[in-house]
Amino acid sequence: MKLDILQTLNGERDARRAVFIITDLDSGAQRLVKAADIAGDPLHETLEKRLRMGKSGMDETAQGRVFITVHVPSPRLVITGAVHISQALAPIAQMLGYDVTIVDPRTAFASKERFPDVTVLAEWPDVALPPLNVDRYTAFVALTHDPKIDDPALLHALKRDCFYIGALGSKKTYAKRNDRLKAAGLTDTDLARIHAPIGLDIGAISPSEIAVSIMGEIVQSLRQKPARTAKAEAA
Amino acid sequence: MLGRDEHILKTAEDWAQSGRGVALATVVETWGSAPRPVGSNLVIDSDGNFLGSVSGGCVEGAVVTEAIDVIESGKPKVLEFGVADEAAWQVGLSCGGTIRVYVEKVS
Repeated sequence: MKLDILQTLNGERDARRAVFIITDLDSGAQRLVKAADIAGDPLHETLEKRLRMGKSGMDETAQGRVFITVHVPSPRLVITGAVHISQALAPIAQMLGYDVTIVDPRTAFASKERFPDVTVLAEWPDVALPPLNVDRYTAFVALTHDPKIDDPALLHALKRDCFYIGALGSKKTYAKRNDRLKAAGLTDTDLARIHAPIGLDIGAISPSEIAVSIMGEIVQSLRQKPARTAKAEAA
Repeated sequence: MLGRDEHILKTAEDWAQSGRGVALATVVETWGSAPRPVGSNLVIDSDGNFLGSVSGGCVEGAVVTEAIDVIESGKPKVLEFGVADEAAWQVGLSCGGTIRVYVEKVS
């Protein structure tokens, strides 16, 4: 790989933009295609398919067999609520390779002492979220129980097509939240995209166990259900 | 360092820029059960330092050896590893799968 191709690749990844490397394994010839340039590429159909699946592999082309690597942005986790569960969830997610950001306007919660190694924004979601460029490679989790904080953040996450959206809360909280979100214009289909009750059913009790159940569900959404977004795009 | 994908590719860039001979190994095809998916990377320098993985640790040693050749010659190689034959001390995958690994110099 030429160093300038590698540098462009790393630069695009830093900017959270998808990028492809197309390699002829026999000759070693290689080129890079940015996601923004797919439409004009001779292999655009193949590249679009690989982007949807997020899978690298060999493809037959008019120029022979080539290996196509697709680099999609690394997954991110955005959490509202600098709460006890978040203190466990953030390091677990970081270990799995997620960039983690926590949003909580309550400064007593959103302190550096409580979250030494995580980006914590002590702002309201309407201020904190737009600059984060939340995207379909982002998981969003609402953990405050406070509608003033969680509701606007959930609406934002749905609008940005996050691959996972989860909200903490009892059945009562869940029903009330659904009523409020419907009043805000959401459909049943939108509401069905919110994982609630949050997390896999592993009998979690402690905050750390709940964090494990949430992280398990996030991984499941990323790895087992890539078809959902692909189907939505095809529709 | 844990070696997330972006760390591996950043490391490849850093090593190359600091003047070290560097090769990048990528899993390009798998058959049967394979420990790492297509696209997985291993970066190797000419002293045999490496980061990342192309298998569960079964064939990295052999890939590193081949990568040092690739760094010297500058010519890319495709390596194939199949089921391990423990009796013959052959390098291979104990999981029963087969993988193809493309090794190229970063220059």
